[in-house]
Amino acid sequence: MAPAASRRGYDGVVAAVPVTVPYERYSPQVAHWWIARALGELVRRAGIAPTDIDGLTVSSFTLHPDTAVGLTQHLGLTPRWLDHIPMGGASGVVALRRAARAVQSGDASIVACVAGDANHVDSFRRMLSSFSRFAQDGSYPYGAGGPNASFALLTDRYMREYGATREDFGKICVAQRDNARAFPHALLKKELTLDAYLAARPIADPIHLFDCVMPCAGAEAFLVTREDIARDLGLAPVRVLSTIERHNAYPDDPVQLRGGWALDRDELWAVAGIAPDAADLLETYDDYPVISMMQFEDLGFCAKGEGPDFVRGHTLTAEGTFPHNTSGGQLSVGQAGAAGGFLGLVEALRQLTGAALGKQVADARIGVVSGFGMVNYDRGICSSAAVLAGGAA
Amino acid sequence: MMASDSHNLLAALSTALDGGGLDVIDLTHTLDPDFPVMVLPPEFGQCARFRVEEVSRYDHRGPGWYWRNFSCGEHTGTHFDAPVHWISGKDLPDATVDAIPVDAFIRQVAVIDCSAAAAADEDFLMTPEFIRRWEAENGTIEAGSWVLMRTDWSKRKGAEYLNLRDDGAHSPGPSPDAIRYLIDECDIIGFGTETVGTDAGQGAHLSPPYPAHYALHGAGRYGLQCLANLDRLPPKGAVLVCPPLKIKHGSGSPLRVLALVAGGAS
Amino acid sequence: MTEALKRPPRKDPQKRTVSPTLPPASRSRRALGFLVAAAEGRFVLQRCGDCGAVAHPPREACATCLSVNLDWHDMPEGGELIAETTIRTSTNTYFRERMPWRAGTVLLDAGVTVIAHVHGDVAPGARVRMIARTDKSGKGVMMALPAKETENMADDRQLRELTCDPKHRRVLITDGRSATGLALAGALSGAGASTVFAGIAEDWRPWQGREALAAVDNVEIVALDLTDTVSVNELAGEIGGKVDILINNAEHVRPGGVLDRSDIVTARDEMEVNYFGAMRLMQAFGPAMRSRGADGVNSATAWVQISSIYALSNWPHFGSTSASQAAALSLGQCLRGEMAGSGVKVVNVFTGPLDEDWRQPLPPPKVTPDALARDIVSGLQQGLEEIVAGDVARDFMRRYREDPRVLERELTQIEGMG
Repeated sequence: MAPAASRRGYDGVVAAVPVTVPYERYSPQVAHWWIARALGELVRRAGIAPTDIDGLTVSSFTLHPDTAVGLTQHLGLTPRWLDHIPMGGASGVVALRRAARAVQSGDASIVACVAGDANHVDSFRRMLSSFSRFAQDGSYPYGAGGPNASFALLTDRYMREYGATREDFGKICVAQRDNARAFPHALLKKELTLDAYLAARPIADPIHLFDCVMPCAGAEAFLVTREDIARDLGLAPVRVLSTIERHNAYPDDPVQLRGGWALDRDELWAVAGIAPDAADLLETYDDYPVISMMQFEDLGFCAKGEGPDFVRGHTLTAEGTFPHNTSGGQLSVGQAGAAGGFLGLVEALRQLTGAALGKQVADARIGVVSGFGMVNYDRGICSSAAVLAGGAA
Repeated sequence: MMASDSHNLLAALSTALDGGGLDVIDLTHTLDPDFPVMVLPPEFGQCARFRVEEVSRYDHRGPGWYWRNFSCGEHTGTHFDAPVHWISGKDLPDATVDAIPVDAFIRQVAVIDCSAAAAADEDFLMTPEFIRRWEAENGTIEAGSWVLMRTDWSKRKGAEYLNLRDDGAHSPGPSPDAIRYLIDECDIIGFGTETVGTDAGQGAHLSPPYPAHYALHGAGRYGLQCLANLDRLPPKGAVLVCPPLKIKHGSGSPLRVLALVAGGAS
Repeated sequence: MTEALKRPPRKDPQKRTVSPTLPPASRSRRALGFLVAAAEGRFVLQRCGDCGAVAHPPREACATCLSVNLDWHDMPEGGELIAETTIRTSTNTYFRERMPWRAGTVLLDAGVTVIAHVHGDVAPGARVRMIARTDKSGKGVMMALPAKETENMADDRQLRELTCDPKHRRVLITDGRSATGLALAGALSGAGASTVFAGIAEDWRPWQGREALAAVDNVEIVALDLTDTVSVNELAGEIGGKVDILINNAEHVRPGGVLDRSDIVTARDEMEVNYFGAMRLMQAFGPAMRSRGADGVNSATAWVQISSIYALSNWPHFGSTSASQAAALSLGQCLRGEMAGSGVKVVNVFTGPLDEDWRQPLPPPKVTPDALARDIVSGLQQGLEEIVAGDVARDFMRRYREDPRVLERELTQIEGMG
C-alpha cells in the first residue's frame, strides 16, 4: 500500500463567530428550536442574511425523524453544500475540517457549523437504550449504566495500569469548576473542593458524581469562511493550522487506554508546523476526566502512562501552567448532546480572539481542541483534534 | 280398564304425589367429576369422566346467562345399561336406549337387602338361595319388575367405593346362578346395583366373566348401576322411574332414577 | 464469599406485590442466535467461516475480512476479568431496583473482550468461567463466574436473577402418581425447595407409590386432575399464589398413530392431558405466576413443560401422542410470548423414551425417572430454558438442529428411528 499522501494545510480558511445558546438542564424545546436559535445568533453577529449561508453542517442526536436535509426546509436555508455529522463529541472538529475543505475548494463560501440538542425529562434514558446496535446487544443489558458504566470500566483499567488516583482526576475536575465559576453559561458553578469531589457518591465505581457530566439542552455554532470574507465582514478570524480525525483506532486493544489521536498526532503537529509546547491552551473532550488525561498523553503533551504525573505537575486552570477546558468543560457547563462536541472548539475560538466570556488565557495564540465521540460499545470510536491560531496570517 | 277409570287413577296419582301419601325418592348420585367410574385395563378404551366447561357466567362470554358444556361417557355416574352394551345382546331388536319400549322405564321394583352380607364380605356374591330366602320372606318377585340389589355400597366414598387393589376391584354382586335365576325364573326386566357395575368387582373371574352383563343383556334385560338411597325403599311395592336419555344407538346413558314409595315406607 | 440465601419470611399481606420490571429487552435479530444457545446453556460467539476470527458483539460481517459468512460456535468458557465496575445508578427501572450491580470487561480465551455480569466472588483480575443465560427479559446475557466453585455460589443475587433455582421455592409437580413425579419430588426437596406440591388425579384410584411420595420431605399431596377444569381451578384457587415453579410432568402416552387406530377416543384422551391439560394449567396458574415474577427470593420463576422429543418431529409409532405433544409445545411457545415481561421462564424439557410402562417394549437406552429429575433440577439451577434429557434425545436434537426436514423423513421412513 502506498504511503498516505501528506495532508494539505488550510491556507486562507478561518473560523469565526463563536456562538453558545445558554444551556438549560431540562427544556421542553426540541432540537430544531435550539439549532434555529444558534443559527439566528450566528447570522445576527456575522451581519449576514440567512441566505448568505451556502454551506451547513449539522450535529444532533435528537433531530429525529429529521436530518440536516429536513432542517434546511424547516429553517428556510438553501445551501449548496450540506453535511450531517453524527459523531457526538468529535463533531466540532470534524465539522470544522469538513467545512474548511469545502471553503478551500470553493464548494461553499460561508459554512455554518451548528450542533444542538434537546433534553426532555426522559430524553437521556431513551437515547441510551437505542444508542447503537452494539450497545443494545453488548453493553446496555449489563446494568444499563450507560456511559457511566462504560467509562467506569475504562477508568478502572486505566487506574490499575498507570497508577492514576481519584485525586488526579479530582484535580482536573476541580480546576474546570474553578474556570466555570467565571463562565456565564455554566450550569454548575458551585465551588468544588477536592474533598467534596472525593466524598461524592459513587455512580459506577470508580466513577463518582463529579466525574460525570450533566445532560442538558443547548446549542453551539460557528462559521467557517474565507479569510477575505471574514475580513470584509469585520469578523475576528481564527486560522486552522491542522486537523485530524480517526475512527475505530486500535480495535484490538482489550480495553481502551488510548484513542485515535495517538495514531495521528505526529501528523497533526507536523502539518501545524509546531510542537505541543507551543500550545497556549487545550480544550479536551471531557465526558470523564480519564478521557482528558488520555488526551494529554495521546496528543503528545506527555508520554503514555504519564498522564497522572502530568496532572500532578501542572495547574490546569485558565491562569495556570496548563490552561485546560477554560470555560469549565462539559463537567461544569453541562453536556448539551452533540453541542458538547462543539463546546471546546467554540470556547477556543473565543479564547484565541480575546473574547472569552469568563476567564481569558493571557496572550492566547495557539489553541488545541480535541474531540472524542460515540461509545458505540465499549469505547469511544471517533477521535479528532485541531490546532488553531488566533489573529490574521 | 275404562277410560274414566284411568283418568281417576291418574288423578289419584297426582293427588298422592302432591303430599297425598306417595313419596318420591331420588336414587341418583350427583354427576360430579370426582365420582369414580369403571376402571378397565389401560390398553382398553376407558369410560370418559364427567367434565364441565363453563361457556358463560353473566360475563363477557354471555352477559345475562350462565351455561356450561358437559361431557361424559354413556356409562358415567348413575347410569342405565341397554342390551346392546354387551356383546351377548348386540343382535337383539330394540336393544339401544332410543329403541327400548318406554314402559320398561316405569315398573314396580323389588329391593333385595344384601347390606349385612356385603358389610361382612366385600366380595359377597348373592346366590339363588339368598334370593329364594328373600322371596320366602317378602313374596315372589313379580315378572316384569326391576330388582335392585341393596348393599349400602353407595355410602362408601373415594377409594373405598371401587375398592381397587392389585388384583382389581372388590365389591359385591350377583353370582352367575343368581342372575340366571332372576332372568329365567323371575323374568325380571332389569337389575340394578349400588356399585359401579351390575357385576361384582371380581366379576371378570366368574364364569362367564361379568355374568350379570352377559346374561342380562343377552336376554334383552336392562341394567342400572351407581344407584343411591336404596335403603329408603321397601322390599316390595315401590315403583321405579328410570328413563335414559334418548341417544341414537346409545348403549346406555346417565340418568335420573326416581322411586315412588308409599308414605312412611322409609 | 457469597452469603447463604436465607429462607424468605412469610409474605407481608399489607405490602403490594412488586410488579415485574425488565432489564433492557431490545436486541438485534442477529443477537437472537446467542439467545437461542444461551437458553440451552451453551456459550457461543460468532466465528468467521472464512478467516476464523471470533466476533463480539453480534454483527453482520467479519471485522477482519468483511466476510458475511459468520456462524455461531461453542467457545471456550475461560477468561480474565480485566476491568470491573459496580453500577449504582441506572436509567433502567429493573436495575435501579437491584442496585448495586456488578459488571465487568472479560478478555476471553476465545480472543475477544466482552462486557458481562460479574459474580460477587470473582476477584479483580481473576480468571473466570463464562456462562450464557437468558435474563428476565428472556434475552441472552453473559455472566462471569469464579473459575472454581465457591461456597454458596448459586446464591449470588445477580446469578439468581438468571437461574430458576428451586432453593427456598415452592414447586408444583402436576402428576405425583407417576415415577417421574416421585423422582422429581425427591430431587426438588433435596435441592432445597421449601414445598413440593404433588398433584394426584382421581384419588379414588389407589396407587402403590403414595407412601413413598408422602415420605419425601416437604411434599404436600394435593388433588389435581388436568382433564378436569374444575379441579385445576380449585387447586389454583388454593395454592396458585404460592407456586414459584410449575413442572408439568403429566402425560397421556399411548402407542399408535392414525391408521392403526379406528377412532379419536384415545387421541382425545391424549389431547385432554397433553394439550388441554397444559392449557388448563396455564389459564389457572399462569396469571398469578406472571404477576409474581419479581416477588422476592421465592418469586415465580419457571414454567416447566416436559415433552417427548417426538413433539419436535413425529414418530409414527407413537404418532398421535407425538402430535398432541407438538400441540402442547406450540402452546408453550405462545405461553412464552404471553409470559414475556413477567420474568418467568418457560422451560422445555425434551426427553428420550422414559423408562415407564407405556414405553416398556422400546429398546434401551431409556431415561430413568431419577435421571430425568436430576436433569430438570440441574437445568433449573442453571437457569436453562431448554433441557434435553437422555442419550436418545441428545442424538435426536443434534439431528434436528442439523436439518429438521431430513429428520422428519428419517423418522417416517419404513424403518423409522426407534
